[in-house]
Amino acid sequence: MTAVQETVFLQGHIIDSLILAKVLDTILMMGGTFDLQDVKIGATRDAPSQARIVVRASSGRLLAEILRAIQPHGAAVEREADCRFEPALAAGVFPEQFYATTHLPTQIRLDGEWVDVEGMEMDLGICVDPAKARARTIPMGTVAVGDLIVTGREGIRVTPLARPAERDVFGFMESLVSSERPHHPIIADIAQRIQKLREWHREGRPGAKVLLAGGPAIVHAGGREALTWLIESGYVHVLFCGNALAAHDMEAALYGTSLGYGLTAGRSVPHGHEHHLRTINRIRAIGSIEQAVRSGVITGGIMAACVQCDVKLVMAGTIRDDGPLPGVLTDSMAAQQAMRAAIPGVGLALLVASTLHAIATGNLLPATVPTVCVDVNPAVPTKLADRGSFQAVGLVMDAASFLTELARELGWRP
Amino acid sequence: MSRLLVCPPDYFQIDYEINPWMRRDNGVDPSRAVRQWQTLMTVLEQEVGVGVERMQPVQGLPDLVFTANAGVVVGRRALVSRFRYPERQREEVHFARWFRERGYEVLTLEPSLHFEGAGDLLGFPDTWFGGYRQRSNIRAFPKLSEIFQREIIPLELVDSRFYHLDTCFCPLSGGDLLYLPSAFDSYGRAAIAERVSDDRRLAVPEEEALRFACNAVCVGKQVVMPAGCPRTTRLLEDRGYRTHPVHLDEFMKSGGAAKCLTLALD
Repeated sequence: MTAVQETVFLQGHIIDSLILAKVLDTILMMGGTFDLQDVKIGATRDAPSQARIVVRASSGRLLAEILRAIQPHGAAVEREADCRFEPALAAGVFPEQFYATTHLPTQIRLDGEWVDVEGMEMDLGICVDPAKARARTIPMGTVAVGDLIVTGREGIRVTPLARPAERDVFGFMESLVSSERPHHPIIADIAQRIQKLREWHREGRPGAKVLLAGGPAIVHAGGREALTWLIESGYVHVLFCGNALAAHDMEAALYGTSLGYGLTAGRSVPHGHEHHLRTINRIRAIGSIEQAVRSGVITGGIMAACVQCDVKLVMAGTIRDDGPLPGVLTDSMAAQQAMRAAIPGVGLALLVASTLHAIATGNLLPATVPTVCVDVNPAVPTKLADRGSFQAVGLVMDAASFLTELARELGWRP
Repeated sequence: MSRLLVCPPDYFQIDYEINPWMRRDNGVDPSRAVRQWQTLMTVLEQEVGVGVERMQPVQGLPDLVFTANAGVVVGRRALVSRFRYPERQREEVHFARWFRERGYEVLTLEPSLHFEGAGDLLGFPDTWFGGYRQRSNIRAFPKLSEIFQREIIPLELVDSRFYHLDTCFCPLSGGDLLYLPSAFDSYGRAAIAERVSDDRRLAVPEEEALRFACNAVCVGKQVVMPAGCPRTTRLLEDRGYRTHPVHLDEFMKSGGAAKCLTLALD
């Protein structure tokens, strides 16, 4: 999806001579694209004009061919500087002028060579290892004294996403959020992607995992069976949730209720409000969710499917949690790190019915991962986009309807 | 009175091949070359009435006769060329010395920025045109534009037979332009049309352009040009120019004619 690029500079009487037009036409005719930056038109006829052009191509070879073709017309490759970096003087503190990342593919220039920054994620710093010519993103809190952190803006190249070849909902790369948009074609596109990713995942291809970050509304609203089926069918490989989704899922397994409401009858049952506490207590007594599933205490549902299908589960706690369940990470920075560690290899992210987990996951995802945000509240996908996850497709609908329709599209026949 | 810089063809021959016209086996007839050059001088001095400054020829520099490539002269400033081929780079020092000894302020571009003088820079009082791609580097023109405070429209030379702008493009003193449209691409032709109106552009037929019809010297309404270009002659005479045809085929063996053999000094 990404492209290679180089910035060139053109100056002189480039407008009336049509030299600029010729250079731009040449780039397009050869299959490249360009961004025109800093075009300055000479104020008088005698005064020269200038233009800075970012040339992009799908491969380094094509880019080199384009540059070779436009250089005789005066397009000079701009001399780039190496990036600057400074050692961190205190643990957990970046140098004052640290470079803050975007979630777009980024390169830094080290000793004349462009090096890809590993683990792209927004709002981090970049830590450099000049000896190995490597660079990776680093969260503020994990910086150690002496870590070399990129500062300033020189020698840093951020590549916008090229328009993907697929002409599905992700191809538009715009996070339109509207409750009036028809859902079915979007869900059909998502299903098609998931189907393809499952095949790729089975073939062992990289970047084929599907991540689902979800809230307890999935259980309350009746999406539990559909999600269980999706996990059991091998369509979901990583699950991010909190204490509540796991607790209510297992409450349903043990008591047939969700927050005390009978899931089939839809009525509150006597002492039902205690069910989730009793569930948590029971799992705590057993020691782990995995043990509860393996020992046959929890026989069905989302958690059971995760254990049985070896789905990577990260549970992040909050200050309103009961219990919490064993395995819930209550140190939010530790939870963030655990989520971050589970991101590599993800090729699609579904953020369903949880403001907290949707935003947190969106922050961790590189822009190259197609993302869907589903919530009954349009503010959630809007908020996600406002916080920079512009690649997310927003769907305003309830979690159960989404998961049920998605599962049906993939062949679920309850 | 107009003055031109010229160099007698004492050592003119074909020692190397750096354009599609030059073939070492197509040798120059030295006495014929001298006669043709002297006829050109007679026409320039006596018929057209321009002053001619003769520089000293140098043995081993056969192309020093083509003084159009010495550089560009504006007032008392002379910007000396940076030749693309090493064979001609040895001429630079001789041209620079000539200008310096006559009191010109001598300017140069950085060595890597090839620019072959008035062979690739021609124009009207307001707008100049710069030929690039074959010999001169387009990046020389913004510098020249800055030095001489003139608009310079770069034109890509797309046909290697017309390797200098003065082989296919000749601005005339009345604001007319003699040129070969096919020596330029569509961008170049559009840029020319933008600056020179339809009725001012005189398109030379290709067979006459190949006889160097565009390599002409225009002084006032008089045009000194190679013989054997009847259609171009008619085009010019219809516009009120007086033509002076001169046989210059010995010099065409090297890819030059009347214009290449002269450099306007003021």
